[in-house]
Amino acid sequence: MKPHPPARIAAAIGVLAIVAVASMPWWAERSSIHLAVEILATLALAQMWNLLAGYGGLLSVGQQGFVGLGAYALVVFGLQMGLNAFLVIPLAGLVGALAAALVAPLVFRLGGAHFAIGTWVVAEVFRLVVANLPFVSGGSGVSVAKTVMGMSAATRTSLTLWWALALGAGATLAVYLLLRSRWGLALVAVRDSERASRSLGIRVGRIKWAVWVAAAAGCAMTGALLFITKLRVAPDPAFSIDWTTTMFFIVVIGGIGTLEGPIIGTIVYFLLRQWLADLGSVYLITLGVITMLIMLFFERGLWGLWLRWVRWELFPVRRRLGPPRT
Amino acid sequence: MAEWINTIVQGVLLGGLYALFAAGLSISFGVMRMINIAHGDMIILASYAAIVGASYLKLPMLFTVVLVVLVLSALGYGAQRLVFNRTLGGDLLRPLLLTFGLSIVIRESLQAVFSADVRSVDVGPIATATWNLGAQINIGVLPLVVMLVGLASIAALQWLFARSRMGRSFRATSDDADTASLMGVDRKHIYALAMVFASAMVALAGVFLVMRTTVSPTDGPARLIYAFEAVIIGGLGSLWGTVAGGVVLGVAQAIGSRLDPGWGILAGHLAFLAILWVRPQGLFPTTRER
Repeated sequence: MKPHPPARIAAAIGVLAIVAVASMPWWAERSSIHLAVEILATLALAQMWNLLAGYGGLLSVGQQGFVGLGAYALVVFGLQMGLNAFLVIPLAGLVGALAAALVAPLVFRLGGAHFAIGTWVVAEVFRLVVANLPFVSGGSGVSVAKTVMGMSAATRTSLTLWWALALGAGATLAVYLLLRSRWGLALVAVRDSERASRSLGIRVGRIKWAVWVAAAAGCAMTGALLFITKLRVAPDPAFSIDWTTTMFFIVVIGGIGTLEGPIIGTIVYFLLRQWLADLGSVYLITLGVITMLIMLFFERGLWGLWLRWVRWELFPVRRRLGPPRT
Repeated sequence: MAEWINTIVQGVLLGGLYALFAAGLSISFGVMRMINIAHGDMIILASYAAIVGASYLKLPMLFTVVLVVLVLSALGYGAQRLVFNRTLGGDLLRPLLLTFGLSIVIRESLQAVFSADVRSVDVGPIATATWNLGAQINIGVLPLVVMLVGLASIAALQWLFARSRMGRSFRATSDDADTASLMGVDRKHIYALAMVFASAMVALAGVFLVMRTTVSPTDGPARLIYAFEAVIIGGLGSLWGTVAGGVVLGVAQAIGSRLDPGWGILAGHLAFLAILWVRPQGLFPTTRER
């Protein structure tokens, strides 16, 4: 691909933003750092769901299952085995990947739309099993404050922020690099036509499996991080469908199947929350109506609308025939 | 022994309710090839419609049932014609994500209007009446009525799909929508009619649910999952299969709860996963996935 000027500007802005966020512990207030952590973690989740649904064609409604497993990795490795909470995060990713690999033969028996509810059932099974396990305190939940006891508040805040940055920016970058690779081309081909891809020699099953496992690892790591900030783990909040609902809102509003979509969607989501959160139900009804309108009239979300007028992409991953237009 | 027989009987009767949950989902998948994520929330909407009719307006129960069925069928026709049809025909993504949005809108609207409290309707002495078969085996009268109405309505639908002219259009559209259109079938109208029957089943399911137990606005997703499990266990596109699927699920849940109250729902999910593992096409499949 030829150089794409807006992409270079975007890359420069991206690097600046990463530096700015990474240095927040030296210049920002703690409340803004907490907000940044939440935004970045949410972005990481949204990128994972976008990878699954937007690029892989795997409409999972069960990602909360892996967020919850990540949270419980914190309970088992952090609280019970005494590991440092921040070291648990990569382990949580491993747990998520393992669980995803274990259930893959089952959920992949369900094609297309059925996959959606099948993954949901799996997430419910995770929740119900965990809620019935006495050694992680069952349904009542447990405090994980002990896992970060030894650290000063400042260290804890900085480490949380850097992990959130690594996950949020890392997820975006990882999906970008994946899509520019041969694997990414194969992935998009599979989404557009499984049959045609198979006839061209793409190993469809293996690609879908890899995306499913990778997204589970990402969600589990983010889950562990989110529950380090919450300090209390219980089955209902850990395995709540709200995690997937949030990913869904963000990706659909921003633009499904685009890399910029989850970023735009995350910004819009947090802005709307700032304005409407006090209204409770009205906030969620608004989000629901917006997503319905987007699915009816602008399938590619806000970013798709932008692309209709301006052909600038921040993350050029589309392959074009012939000379580039810019 | 009698306790176990009672447990199984309760499970079977619960399965009658689940078959009602599943029938609507089976129709919308079978004809429109659409998974309606808002299905469970539509069931709860019907439950609240019954609460409004029976508790607020003090209408007689039977009249309420008929009214809710009519209102939901009309809503279903309108929703299919004006909204859902616009997203069909392409990939699976758009209808699925659209109905995901709708499910949240319905759930949160119910929460805003009726608050998060659990509610029920008073159906009089029939709610607790049981029928003793001797040897300490009891059958709840209301669950039995639900089962019989479920079986009768599914039999009627089965007849409609297999024997009537409209049913032929349904099956033709399901098999190959483009060719059916060439033969003069108005696809949009057929989809909307199928949604009328799906919504009528949703209405019955919702009304019976709130007669049998309590509901709250957030109950929709769980009903969707049960409906879906019953459809997959029974086999895609098979209406009688939904009865079998509902019964398998109901019995599994009843046995699970008997062993340990915390394991009831989990036992249902595990039965579903086990059947998916050994027989992914379900017990009585008729529709092939495209």
